[in-house]
Amino acid sequence: MAGLGQKPTAGGRTYAGLGLPLMLPAWVIIGFFLVLPIGIMLVYSFLTKEFRGGVIWEPTLAAYDQFFFDRGLFGDEQPKIEWTYILIFWRSIWQAGLATLMCLLIGFPTAWFIATRPASSRTIWLFLITVPYWVNLLIRTISMKFLIRDNGPLNQWLLDAGLISDPIHIINTNTAVQLGLFYSYLPFMVLPIYAAVERYNFSLSEAAADLYASRWITLRHIILPVVKPGIIAGCILVFVPSLGAFLAPDLLGGAKNFMIGSLIEEQFKGNAGNWPFGAAASMILLSMVLIVLIFYARAQGRAHAKGAS
Amino acid sequence: MAEDQTINPAIEIDRVVKRYGSFTALNDVSLTIADNEFFTLLGPSGCGKTTLLRCIAGFEDISEGAIRLYGDDIANDPPNKRPVNTVFQQYALFPHMNVQRNVMFGLQRLGYSEMDARGRAREVLDLVQLLPFADRLPAQLSGGQQQRVALARALAPNPKVLLLDEPLSALDLKLRQAVRLELQQLQQDTGITFIFVTHDQEEALTMSDRIAVISDGRVQQVGPARDIYEEPNNKFVADFIGETNLIDVAVTGVSNGMAACTLPGGAAFTCPAAQGAHQGHGHLSVRPERVSLTAPEKALITGHVQRLIYLGTDMHIDVALSDGEMVKARVQNSQSAHIPAQGAQVGLDFEEGAARLLID
Repeated sequence: MAGLGQKPTAGGRTYAGLGLPLMLPAWVIIGFFLVLPIGIMLVYSFLTKEFRGGVIWEPTLAAYDQFFFDRGLFGDEQPKIEWTYILIFWRSIWQAGLATLMCLLIGFPTAWFIATRPASSRTIWLFLITVPYWVNLLIRTISMKFLIRDNGPLNQWLLDAGLISDPIHIINTNTAVQLGLFYSYLPFMVLPIYAAVERYNFSLSEAAADLYASRWITLRHIILPVVKPGIIAGCILVFVPSLGAFLAPDLLGGAKNFMIGSLIEEQFKGNAGNWPFGAAASMILLSMVLIVLIFYARAQGRAHAKGAS
Repeated sequence: MAEDQTINPAIEIDRVVKRYGSFTALNDVSLTIADNEFFTLLGPSGCGKTTLLRCIAGFEDISEGAIRLYGDDIANDPPNKRPVNTVFQQYALFPHMNVQRNVMFGLQRLGYSEMDARGRAREVLDLVQLLPFADRLPAQLSGGQQQRVALARALAPNPKVLLLDEPLSALDLKLRQAVRLELQQLQQDTGITFIFVTHDQEEALTMSDRIAVISDGRVQQVGPARDIYEEPNNKFVADFIGETNLIDVAVTGVSNGMAACTLPGGAAFTCPAAQGAHQGHGHLSVRPERVSLTAPEKALITGHVQRLIYLGTDMHIDVALSDGEMVKARVQNSQSAHIPAQGAQVGLDFEEGAARLLID
């Protein structure tokens, strides 16, 4: 067991007394690009809306009230629970969850495949995975729209191949949104899992097989737990942006398949906007994501403290 | 020992060939390992010893031949169907499981209940004196402790044969010597057949019942430590195990396992010959500690002292023969010992039984 002072740490002599100056850039970036914008959003969500966008500096809870309660057209009825926005949120979580699951199911084998290639060809595979992402997301989403149209190439091929007799209607359905999200965020799943699998020591699999484990048991009891940090990182990286995505639902899902991202986007676009409401919806989304991450962090902390059994 | 080996073989390696593309890692290897034997595969790195172990464990398919475990051909069974367990070189402990869980893993796969598996795991952990560490993660243990966990994990299912792939190479010298004794004791206590892979000849000589010396994918010689050391078959074995002098001689005749030869300088000499030795040019192996210094006129060979090296308990003396060849002698450092000065002319002598004519 290594004694104290054997390993170099950031607290060691080399960096002693430099803590504050060295941390300054990080604090400036976090303060300016993270804390400040979120602070502005938080403040705006409690202000009164101006009809052509913008805010009036008069504190009110109106935005949150509008999100959760329905007080009738003129605002004078008994408040009922407003389900519209809650449903949009629920649908977004569902969609993002499904997209994450799809990315995981396809991304894990892909990452595994790449990580088990000879070192020389791994770079090429990784490059191929990331090449499409050099193209702007908007353009990729629109191309996807053309691909899956009723008379688009996908249906044409399936018809020509005789696999279907009528075009499948994909565009403007949940499936299209799924496809869009999946395609947009797949690399965010593949890359962290790849990094974890690449570090995986394959003699652990041999040891498991030596101790009478089948391939399935080895996957479940050894491989998955060991690469879990990569899987969780991938899931967070796909789930969080999927939850707030608006390009895929807008372009592929049509009006029916509104998601949080589109809802928020609407509030800041054009004259119909309602900035405080958009800010409030953003704050609610942010809180939800934070709650999930905090639960995850606490579960991880507990597992560590317990020494995993 | 040599007789009962044929009676109850634990493992028979029967003309096994393993090829990787055009490279032949194992070339027609045949070995019989007896029940309850501590058997060592010894050879330099890249000689095929680990490949052979991995073939027995089932991690590698063999290209030709058969591997039998107590009579059953297991060459086509996957590793999880073979009743043998392995101690890996870098231990390969499951990093997310504590010590006890690591040891329980194999037991649970064999259908032990949680409670029985825990009981057996604690029993084995007690055997390797790690019971107080049962709740630790592998990363929280020292190298020696991790090694013992690996051992406990492989022993827990009570395998018919235990395979050990250079399990001591990651430990420091002191610990290595202690663990050597423990391993030997453990093998005797459990009665499990051990197949031990190492490149360390000292490890092999001190621990094993029998040793197979392997080089270039072939078995060079099999036998107890003493036979391997005292009666090496060929140049490779003589040179790899311990230190030896290989003296060029002209062989004038071989009969009944004895060879008549002419030493450099012209003296006639008779000594035991390895099987397959023949007339012509040959090499005589003489261990340095069996070479004695005498007066030049009484000696078999004469030369000049080239170098003296003080080794504490011993004195190492390099003697240059007239044709430039070097012969090493090792003389015990006692008060009575006569140590010649550098450059002095000396005579070298050795007994008939100390030398052996080798095949190349």
